Amino acid sequence: MFRQVAARILPRSIAAAARPFSTDVAAASAADEAFTEAWKKVIPNIDPPKTPLSFMAPRPPTASSIPSKLTVNFVLPYASELSAKEVDMVIIPATTGQMGVLPGHVATIVELKPGVMSVHEGNDVTKYFVSSGFAFVHTNSYADIIAVEAVPIDQIDQSLVQKGLAEFTQKLSSASTDLEKAEAQIGVDVHSALNSALSG
Amino acid sequence: MASSAAVPFWRAAGMTYITYSNICANLVRNCLKEPHKSEALTRERVHFSVSKWVDGKPQKPTIRSDSPEG
Repeated sequence: MFRQVAARILPRSIAAAARPFSTDVAAASAADEAFTEAWKKVIPNIDPPKTPLSFMAPRPPTASSIPSKLTVNFVLPYASELSAKEVDMVIIPATTGQMGVLPGHVATIVELKPGVMSVHEGNDVTKYFVSSGFAFVHTNSYADIIAVEAVPIDQIDQSLVQKGLAEFTQKLSSASTDLEKAEAQIGVDVHSALNSALSG
Repeated sequence: MASSAAVPFWRAAGMTYITYSNICANLVRNCLKEPHKSEALTRERVHFSVSKWVDGKPQKPTIRSDSPEG
């Protein structure tokens, strides 16, 4: 559903006003040149105020050759799990299936379903169970993954998962309204994903 | 107009993405081992202070506290 939106999302660079594809994006400038020039024309005596652009780190440029590492930012509402970490690959649980992201991946936006996300760095693999969220892959081999809740697999309690699965399967069969059915279905989906995460 | 794109089942049932996402997160939090579970449950406690505005003035605020569902 989000693929149609393409990559027309990041408006941070003011350098090119009409830019159809963000695949040809230039590195973002650190200061607002057009604004400061317009300001100086009208009010030359007062220093131009700082705009949000000068407080932001400029977007890293898209290298001409594919970089060797993928930089991952994995954030949760309450913590920044991985911040600009250089890895070889991440496998994310997109709604369309497990998706592997390597350096040089095409710019994508995906919605995540409850599932396992694995971060591969050399020979280490770190796995997290992600409840839901989004992943943005940019042309400069940066991946931003945002999730509401993500836990390492070993923090999941098997017995609670089995209990929850049984409870929601039962609720699904006895649900009457659309909303109840949807909630029960979500429960079944999440618990089955948790179950396969523990066994897989 | 009938739905042109395939909508997820929860949206067809009238749920918004935020509600869906929060339900998923709550379910995951409830399946954690102790002590992680109690830490997680403190995280999901949300407090709202809601005040109704009448004639441009806020009335007495009510505190609403959303305790974890499920």
